[in-house]
Amino acid sequence: MEAGRQDYNLLVIGGGSGGLACAKEAAQLGKKVAVVDYVEPSPRGTRWGLGGTCVNVGCIPKKLIHQAALLGGMIRDAPHYGWDVAQPVLHDWRKMAEAVQNYVKSLNWGHRVQLQDRKVKYFNIKASFVNEHTICGVTKGGKETLLSAEHIVIATGGRPRYPTHIEGALEYGITSDDIFWLKESPGKTLVVGASYVALECAGFLTGLGLDTTVMMRSIPLRGFDQQMSSLVTAYMASQGTRFLKHCTPSRVQKLPDGQLQVTWEDLTSGKENMGTFSTVLWAIGRIPETRSLNLENAGINTNPNSQKILVDAQEATSVPHIYAIGDVAEGRPELTPTAIMAGKLLARRLYGQSLDVMDYSNVPTTVFTPLEYGCVGLSEEEAMARHGEEHVEVYHAYYKPLEFTVAERDASQCYIKMVCLRKPPQLVLGLHFLGPNAGEVTQGFALGIKCGASYEQVMRTVGIHPTCAEEVAKLRISKRSGLDPTVTGC
Amino acid sequence: MAQPPLPPPPRAQTSPGPVKVGTAPNRRLGSVRGVLVSSPPGRRARLSSPGTGRSSSEAREELRRRLLGLIEGNRVMIFSKSYCPHCTRVKELFSSLGVQCNILELDQVDDGANVQEMLSEITNQRTVPNIFVNKVHMGGCDRTFQAHQSGLLQKLLQEDSTYDYDLIVIGGGSGGLACAQEAAILGKKVMVLDFVVPSPQGTSWGLGGTCVNVGCVPKKLMHQAALLGQALNDSRKFGWEYGQQVKHNWETMTEAIQNHISSLNWGHKLSLREKSVDYVNSYGEFVEHHRIKATNRKGQETSYTAAKFVIATGERPRYLGIQGDKEYCITSDDLFSLPYCPGKTLVVGASYVALECAGVLTGLGLDVTVMVRSVLLRGFDQEMAERVGSYMEQHGVKFLRKFIPVMVQQLEKGSPGKLKVVAKSTEGPETIEGVYNTVLLAIGRDSCTRKMGLDKIGVKINKKTGKIPVNDVEQTNVPYVYAVGDILEGKLELTPVAIQAGKLLARRLFGGRLEKCDYINVPTTVFTPLEYGCCGLSEEKAIEVYKKENLEVYHTFFWPLEWTVAGRDNNTCYAKIICNKFDNYRVIGFHVLGPNAGEVTQGFAAAMKCGLTKQLLDDTIGIHPTCGEVFTTLEITKSSGLDITQKGCG
Repeated sequence: MEAGRQDYNLLVIGGGSGGLACAKEAAQLGKKVAVVDYVEPSPRGTRWGLGGTCVNVGCIPKKLIHQAALLGGMIRDAPHYGWDVAQPVLHDWRKMAEAVQNYVKSLNWGHRVQLQDRKVKYFNIKASFVNEHTICGVTKGGKETLLSAEHIVIATGGRPRYPTHIEGALEYGITSDDIFWLKESPGKTLVVGASYVALECAGFLTGLGLDTTVMMRSIPLRGFDQQMSSLVTAYMASQGTRFLKHCTPSRVQKLPDGQLQVTWEDLTSGKENMGTFSTVLWAIGRIPETRSLNLENAGINTNPNSQKILVDAQEATSVPHIYAIGDVAEGRPELTPTAIMAGKLLARRLYGQSLDVMDYSNVPTTVFTPLEYGCVGLSEEEAMARHGEEHVEVYHAYYKPLEFTVAERDASQCYIKMVCLRKPPQLVLGLHFLGPNAGEVTQGFALGIKCGASYEQVMRTVGIHPTCAEEVAKLRISKRSGLDPTVTGC
Repeated sequence: MAQPPLPPPPRAQTSPGPVKVGTAPNRRLGSVRGVLVSSPPGRRARLSSPGTGRSSSEAREELRRRLLGLIEGNRVMIFSKSYCPHCTRVKELFSSLGVQCNILELDQVDDGANVQEMLSEITNQRTVPNIFVNKVHMGGCDRTFQAHQSGLLQKLLQEDSTYDYDLIVIGGGSGGLACAQEAAILGKKVMVLDFVVPSPQGTSWGLGGTCVNVGCVPKKLMHQAALLGQALNDSRKFGWEYGQQVKHNWETMTEAIQNHISSLNWGHKLSLREKSVDYVNSYGEFVEHHRIKATNRKGQETSYTAAKFVIATGERPRYLGIQGDKEYCITSDDLFSLPYCPGKTLVVGASYVALECAGVLTGLGLDVTVMVRSVLLRGFDQEMAERVGSYMEQHGVKFLRKFIPVMVQQLEKGSPGKLKVVAKSTEGPETIEGVYNTVLLAIGRDSCTRKMGLDKIGVKINKKTGKIPVNDVEQTNVPYVYAVGDILEGKLELTPVAIQAGKLLARRLFGGRLEKCDYINVPTTVFTPLEYGCCGLSEEKAIEVYKKENLEVYHTFFWPLEWTVAGRDNNTCYAKIICNKFDNYRVIGFHVLGPNAGEVTQGFAAAMKCGLTKQLLDDTIGIHPTCGEVFTTLEITKSSGLDITQKGCG
């Protein structure tokens, strides 16, 4: 087909962070743009509006409920600071969920308005490829529409994976697609998995006062620095989250009283155990939303193992005018801001005479577990593997946030480490921060690393007193020295 | 121009005997402690050229001070030229003795010729090498070898301390303690003198200075108490349920905070002991060169001598000098340990101390008025300052602008009592009256430098402010006397700066290091109810330095995610950066008004140290959802005049 005879200059499949950013940017550059978005209800029947995972079933509701849990901690701190809070203190899930859901709905609405403002056509249809320039969209009612475009961007994201081989998993379990939309408290919950989603969910459920257990087969937070990961789970355990390590579920059964009986195998002892829960939450990973797209009709290649779409540095798929961004693209970090930036930059390259490609290195991120974990750059393991142990210097410190002192909180897991090259000027390879407000602390340092900061430069930065972030600028003890890294005094 | 004060540079001498530079009266032979430290030879000292644009006599004086500092600060100081074979011989001699030398190669520094001339003035020797051992002028190469043969050199090397101490630090605050401990780590014999003169209200405290006792630490803890009050409000929106009545108990809070401070006082004492620093709880006053008189609480006097002194006495709150102020008003020295709730409070002043205290008290539920003579947060970005003020005003703080108190009268005694304040307008004859339980003065701070005998040894202070001028190595006009912290003229009054300056000073004096304290791009945060963090220049200062047309200012409002569900103000939190268009859009000013501003600002300050540009900000991925990420997506320039209010989520 010739260019110019298509319905649209750009068609974006998927109205999540990346897709919307790309569509809006292209529209701003004067192009005719359409977004198609369709939320397949979860097996539990949960569905939501425009905005994708982040807005509806990811970052936004997650951080808000994390905040609710943090507020619970603050209510416990308050009496130490002189506030007389009458007991008992209870938490009403319904009220919280309603407030969070209302906010999410306002964002759905906001996204709709923004698309309208920028004259981006929005279709609430489920898309599949007819050929390399055309998609067929089906509405909820079954009505079909054909849309064609010069450029197509696939930004369909991913959805939680169910362990379908486990009896009762699909019938009785929920995922992160459902948890934020529950009208009632999930009650005693078993979270299966050790991903950041698993730990974040388990963290806030514990913080809201629910009996919460995490079942993990192997290590927590695979891909993250493992020392940090074990501190994250140690803190959670100290706050009451139960951990069943080296265990794997084999069966979920519904008891007459509606409770769920979970049977699992303890991989260490080989024994079978059983427990009863109100809710079982699967957080064992996510699968890309590519199956219903009929990618083969357009000749788009995927990785047969991950089912993700193969892309090059320009985000182009095996079909040059079709692109993929966000969680659906192979080898990309599954993070909202990377998808947004990738989408924007793609639109600018396509229509704005820009040549900037996305730099996927040194992407900072934060895991919003009860004690937050922020990081950017390499983990200690990765740095050692890439540069050799003898060429890496790790500076670290256990510190105590000032606010913890009066509140008599335990700070055993408040820890910072900076992974550097050993050779002067000791280029910073990675920064790992575990403590309150880790996201806020990490953001600026991510810039520093982007600027090629050396250990010496960070040390020459004067601290802001009294903050947690200033401890980063005071890291003096190297792991190699074997000295005690506990910060004492002021 | 005042005559350069003592110690007098030794007159030119031609006698062959060693000459003591900066000879101190009453010097005694101390214990022999000089452990030979082997170190690679050829350690280089460097002199940065003195500032330009000053009169030559000032520059000469500056150079003399630096040279005396080098001579005094190093066990062996060699002025050398890198190609001179005699110099090489001397270096090899010290190297073979395993003695660490500090070497300045005159042919490798910009002002080598001036140094040589000044050395000839000081020592009457023009040639290199020019060698000093323990402050004694050895002479050149031949003299040094003669001294080695006669054993004089070894004796001089061992005669390390002729004073009681290598270093006496006056003032046990952040800067003083950091300096003292670092010097002790480097093997020096160190004393710290610390004495807290009670406030007019009788408040006194332990070791650690302002930050620990009556500054950052209790301030941030009370700020946290106020934030928790806000959190309690928010928590109900997030589903938490408990009795409606939530009251604040001042005594519980102050007791908890004071307990924490006591543990810090204790920690500081312990830390000094562990490092073998002698701590004396006495008031220090110079009585003659290198000698200080220490007076304890009972009035007993002891005297100590030291080779070097560091003044780190800090500042104390200023009073108005009006009727009733010292009798009835309190200051930040008193507030944090006040045994009773202050009640309805008038805060006088618009410094960050004033606004922070007013914010805390309001957050705890008290009726608070701030009386401001002119602008808020002088020296800070004024747009940000006004935003800080307007947030406070929207959240219950009353502001009385353009008024100054003229009289404070006690109406009723009590804890708290009742005070009548009369104030007059700064613009006209109008006067007003108000009744408060507490009046807190926060109009500024005065340096504690006037009653410590500085005149006896000729240390220059700014007569008006009491501040001590120092060069870029924190040296006063008297070469063996240094100063760090809030008392420095033209420097920043911040704990971490004082700590950094103190540490680096000790390393330069005793550790052979050269790194100077960098006072540029120091980040700071004002812990008002809505926190304000900044680094680099204010918009006003940037315009003054770079001209408006050369700058681009990017800004936006932002709405922290946590505030949405809590139903808190939209279009209040604000982010601004100032870029220099003609330097690759380098970020020269960073300003953020929002929750956790301190935590947000710190990393950006590190990035500014590394040359942060707008492009790098744009290229960096945000961390979602945080407040900090707003800086990675700044698009609207102030010059465009575009609307920055937030409508929903972007």
